[in-house]
Amino acid sequence: MKVLVAVKRVIDYNVKVRVKSDQTGVDLANVKMSMNPFDEIAVEEATRLRERGIATEVVVVSCGVAPCQETLRTALAIGADRAILVETDAELQPLAVAKLLKALVDREKPSLVILGKQAIDDDANQTGQMLAALASLPQATFASKLEVADGRAEVTREIDGGLETISVSLPAVVTTDLRLNEPRYVTLPNIMKAKKKPLEVVKPADLGVDPAPRLKTLRVSEPPQRKGGVKVPDVAALVAKLKTEAKVV
Amino acid sequence: MTVLVLAEHDNHVLKVSTASTVAAALRVDAAVHLLVAGSDCAAAAQQAATLAGVAKVLHADGAQFTADLAENVADQVVALARGYTHVFAPATSFGKNVLPRAAARLDCAQVSDILGVESPDTFTRPIYAGNAIATVQSTDPIKFVTVRPTSFDPVGGGGAAAVERIEPVADAGLSRFVSRTVAKADRPELQGAKIVVSGGRGMGSAENFKLLEPLADRLHAAIGASRAAVDAGYAPNDWQVGQTGKVVAPQLYVAVGISGAIQHLAGMKDSKVIVAINKDAEAPIFQVADYGLVADLFQAVPELVKALG
Repeated sequence: MKVLVAVKRVIDYNVKVRVKSDQTGVDLANVKMSMNPFDEIAVEEATRLRERGIATEVVVVSCGVAPCQETLRTALAIGADRAILVETDAELQPLAVAKLLKALVDREKPSLVILGKQAIDDDANQTGQMLAALASLPQATFASKLEVADGRAEVTREIDGGLETISVSLPAVVTTDLRLNEPRYVTLPNIMKAKKKPLEVVKPADLGVDPAPRLKTLRVSEPPQRKGGVKVPDVAALVAKLKTEAKVV
Repeated sequence: MTVLVLAEHDNHVLKVSTASTVAAALRVDAAVHLLVAGSDCAAAAQQAATLAGVAKVLHADGAQFTADLAENVADQVVALARGYTHVFAPATSFGKNVLPRAAARLDCAQVSDILGVESPDTFTRPIYAGNAIATVQSTDPIKFVTVRPTSFDPVGGGGAAAVERIEPVADAGLSRFVSRTVAKADRPELQGAKIVVSGGRGMGSAENFKLLEPLADRLHAAIGASRAAVDAGYAPNDWQVGQTGKVVAPQLYVAVGISGAIQHLAGMKDSKVIVAINKDAEAPIFQVADYGLVADLFQAVPELVKALG
């Protein structure tokens, strides 16, 4: 069974972003970039399926600028077998990425596609669902547990009220939530091995996709700032403030 | 212009997120129709008809909508959407799961988790865990939008729209519901609660987490948790507040033993008043707290319950 995993290169989750004063966007100059945390979980899950003998091959794909190759090498070091970079400098939005991935699904014919549920830069939470729609596949989003058997996947999902389990036929699209697994640390030997694994570069035109964005960003601004607060010396002072000043109790 | 709003409900009653989504839809200055798709959901459809500002309710009923299976609910939206200029859904786990699937089927982009409506094609939304606000304009013929419920005051009742029973789409047969464990709480639901008491890694254990219960009881509050607390097993996943958990905006948010990571702040920094109790004076949470108490929570919390009387 082949598993396809999609990963995105994003700002590192520890970085506090700064909005540019001209409101054209966020300042990304010299900022540390990393694999989207949810996508790390996706690669880890696929690797575990491979180690358990359920998956026979793990193919990892990323769409974007040339440095995405580093992100792919990290995925290969975690345990993916080969990588594909869909290289473009164009601004990529979820619908375009879903179309690019759909073209690769047609080409690679995986039994399972795993993506992170959302990217921590745009926080869109759309790509997996859109890919499933375009490829006419079932979707199992926000997965916290994944079991594959007999041509089906049983997925436990994190929903607002608690947990839900659904069963989907394969091939299917799964998006990962935080508690699906804890990604392994990448070891130096695996990083060295990853350098020799195949990494193919294609262009959106090769896949027959026009990745032009549909949403225009008119401006990016700072969120409303909270007024600074005070420290209170003890519980009595806190209650007094909450009752008389804030009037919330 | 007409907006189709995908209602969130449990077949008997609407969730509050629906009324907030209708409020957002009304800002587009268009007629608003509500789609209530479910299994034996006539009661929810009847309630939908009473929401202020709703012009029409479309009621689609069938077992294929059990547990809001995305493939079927999205198919239902797609079957109707071409008659509309906008399709709105709440940015809850339900709406987030379903709407992008419908949008892609109609080759449209989606604007996720809007905070405001600037014009019928322009919306504001949070990016980078809410550390930046993007104003985006959709160029597609149908605007697919998910709505952050805490950003729009829910509409009231008093409406009397017509309810139209429509032919439900067939079961796509791609997925099957197996089971659900939904916590039945005696407390307010986290998402709409006026007061939230939240615990972090500082609580130390699932047993200790119960320390927050008398405080939550006294304040009639919902209980929330940081990701660290959930990951450590101190609290269930549906209590998680944060960038990828629930976004809450209560009148009062009490953060107990929570350090205040960027991702947690994303889920609660729109609270009207924030109180932080943490023994680490340097914890980042104190930067957003209106009132910060540097203290041992194991002493401070019981003291607080007593002082509130």
